[in-house]
Amino acid sequence: MRFSTPHQWPAQAGLAAVVLTAAVIFPVARAATPAGQLSGYSAQAGAPAAPARGQQFFTTRQGREWSCASCHGAVPTQDGKHASTGKAIGALAPAFNPQRFTDPAKTEKWFRRNCNDVAGRECSAAEKADVLSWLMSLQR
Amino acid sequence: MSLRFHGRRLAVLLGLMVSLGAGQAALADGDSGRVALLPKYQQECAACHLAYPPGMLPAASWQRIMAGLPKHYGTDASLDPATLRELSAWLGAHAGTYKRVREEPPQDRITTSSWFERKHREVAASVWKRPAVGSRANCAACHAGAAKGDFDESGVRLPR
Repeated sequence: MRFSTPHQWPAQAGLAAVVLTAAVIFPVARAATPAGQLSGYSAQAGAPAAPARGQQFFTTRQGREWSCASCHGAVPTQDGKHASTGKAIGALAPAFNPQRFTDPAKTEKWFRRNCNDVAGRECSAAEKADVLSWLMSLQR
Repeated sequence: MSLRFHGRRLAVLLGLMVSLGAGQAALADGDSGRVALLPKYQQECAACHLAYPPGMLPAASWQRIMAGLPKHYGTDASLDPATLRELSAWLGAHAGTYKRVREEPPQDRITTSSWFERKHREVAASVWKRPAVGSRANCAACHAGAAKGDFDESGVRLPR
């Protein structure tokens, strides 16, 4: 039994191409938003994010000299200041800085570096989800 | 035999030579900041501090800095391998080569170079500690044009 005839194949191939492309682009496009990145980290963590825990993590030193807040400010809704160089750092809360958390590679790079500085290790997916959910909760 | 150039022509020629010479001298003082910054260098290396003009350090210093990014003056500034290669090559190609910058400063810090210390010898120690300044590494605090490589003395304003 034939499921399709040869003259249908080009149309079906086209449809398949569209579906596959959408399947690739859709998650990538979603990840280019704070919400998309949050759902990615929550999924990896296997648990929903907890903003209060995120705030706690962000504002508490994790065994080393700096906390996240040391450079980003305790409530990062305005420019922070680098604790060593004094350079201005744009607000981290996405509602106050639309560029934030729109590039997953950039997010991962900065989590890698800054968690190493703050905690001496990689942050877990749960910690990233917590922090991001708290940052997203900061609204005007 | 008389000189081929005389009178006005000689004056013009001499004038040209003098201004060229003066131009050279001016360039030598400020040209460490005149290389157009690679956009990726600006993007990756100006998040925490000024994108320092590559001509302010010799190639050997830049090499050591790029080899030690995970422990970059007290912080993790690591990069992916491809970006690291690209930026290292660019820095090496535009590193300072003229006499003053050949010195490899202590800790490869621009701010411990003897030329830097000479240039800033009149800045009181207390100025560096002002909150608006913070450290010697914060060029833009007093050099408004620093991000464009403009460190001309006429543009210096010390914040309160």
